[in-house]
Amino acid sequence: MRSENTIRVIALHVGVLAALFLVQFVLPDYHHLALTRVMLLAIYAMGYNMLFGYTGLLSLGHAMFFAAGLYGAGMTAYYTDLGVPLAFVIGIICGAALSLVIGVIALRTTGVAFMIVTMMFGQVAYLTITYFTDYTRGEEGLTMPTSARSFDLLGLHVDLTNAVQRYNLALGLLALTLLVIFVVVRGPIGRVLIAIRENETRTLMLGFDTFRMKLGALVLSGTISAMAGAAYGLMFAYVGATFATIQYSIEALLFTLLGGAGTILGPLLGSILMFYIIDITSEYTQAYLLVTGVALVVLVLFFPKGILGTIRERWLSWLP
Amino acid sequence: MASVSLLSTKGLSRHFGGLKAVDNVDFTMREGEIRALIGPNGAGKTTFVSLLAGRIAPSAGSIEFLGKDITNLPAHKRVRDGIAYTFQITSIYPTLTVFDNVALSAQSALRRHPRSNQSDIAEKVHEALGRVGLEDRKGEKAGTMAYGHQRLLEVAMGLALEPKLLILDEPTQGLSDSEIESFCRLVKEIATSATVLLIEHNMPVVMQLADTITVLNHGQILAEGSPSDIRANAAVQAAYLGTG
Repeated sequence: MRSENTIRVIALHVGVLAALFLVQFVLPDYHHLALTRVMLLAIYAMGYNMLFGYTGLLSLGHAMFFAAGLYGAGMTAYYTDLGVPLAFVIGIICGAALSLVIGVIALRTTGVAFMIVTMMFGQVAYLTITYFTDYTRGEEGLTMPTSARSFDLLGLHVDLTNAVQRYNLALGLLALTLLVIFVVVRGPIGRVLIAIRENETRTLMLGFDTFRMKLGALVLSGTISAMAGAAYGLMFAYVGATFATIQYSIEALLFTLLGGAGTILGPLLGSILMFYIIDITSEYTQAYLLVTGVALVVLVLFFPKGILGTIRERWLSWLP
Repeated sequence: MASVSLLSTKGLSRHFGGLKAVDNVDFTMREGEIRALIGPNGAGKTTFVSLLAGRIAPSAGSIEFLGKDITNLPAHKRVRDGIAYTFQITSIYPTLTVFDNVALSAQSALRRHPRSNQSDIAEKVHEALGRVGLEDRKGEKAGTMAYGHQRLLEVAMGLALEPKLLILDEPTQGLSDSEIESFCRLVKEIATSATVLLIEHNMPVVMQLADTITVLNHGQILAEGSPSDIRANAAVQAAYLGTG
């Protein structure tokens, strides 16, 4: 029974990735670009879900990790000639380092206090970016120079202005993230993280160092979010302080809640749906933020488990 | 004598403001015994075992386990050293299956054995569930089981940790008479492989199971001895009945 489920689960994930690969050949330009963005935002949300969905820690400041990757990579590419791949790695390292520091401090709290502390740090990050506006060009942002629009890696020439290459890079990063999360969540570590979410005191008394496990989950979560930010900045040639605002922290939460917190594919589904909901409504009204707010309220009240969470509960108990 | 001592405390105290919940307790347990800890409500029993398990830090005094000072060891490390604590108020993972509940314990215990894998965990889970008689329910969601079964699950989680010392905090609370009977058989069986410290209000259970009884009152040890000694002890009667 167990192995049969494993085959089903693997088939589902491979199927989703294959569908995303194939859909690029039929999509019109606008949606092709939109889906590239959405896949990067989905990586961000999947990182968020690692902490919120699986470990049960609700952060309201995750935009700072996205922004750490964004600025870490973007400023490296803008101010140095280290090249795009190295800038990307530096962005990820910035996110990992920031999440480690924030984790050590914020994880001294739990529950509502944790939300407030992470939100405060998120604000500090945003204000820091705008404070050093001489370097970050906080409000209007930095546009990547032409030298950072292409790179050579392992004999391959990659052109970041090429939409097809961008799409498939984003898809590759998404597949990588999916794989990492899949392995972590379904293995022994995932079992302990879920146990912490369900009953932390008990987990401690079963002999697990819950603080270290939570810190590990936060660092992984922050690093994945930073990778999304680094890729976003480099691929779309723009970094700006707006990405560090609380709105982006809320969006990660919203995408995750909509798709289903604590499901592997939930954040991806939530990102796609929410992006298009906002996209379509913003054609009719400027008050699209209202849509975001209403969606959040409706979700929390009526669908706290999200789409995939509800499906899992009612029909497909094998869904990871 | 000293070589068979599993656990000992010296001058162990815990004060909450002016309240001396545990006050200067010297306590020793032999390996392999079943010890009952009794006392009126508010005597400090749960505080005392929480100090042993590392859930709270002592105000003063020291704890030694297997000849090693563990006074400052965090709770999760004490579990790894062999002290397992089962909660007074049932503390399981209600949304996870019975199997996964015990698998967490097994996973924790198996970290001591490198190169253990998922099938080792499964084997251990079956063994623990078999000992408490919950094998048939391993696929059920833990929270949907009857209360008595949840208590048994709690014990199975303790057993899968392979403890040297198993602390049971009021394990029979809320169980029916027939459940209590089989529970007593279970504790005797557990005692063949681990030392048991039992906090219990049910006197027939205490008298039947305990090799030695320690009576706590106002945070101090009031009396200690065999069940018959304790039954005859005037000070204990006074503490319980409020006479004298």
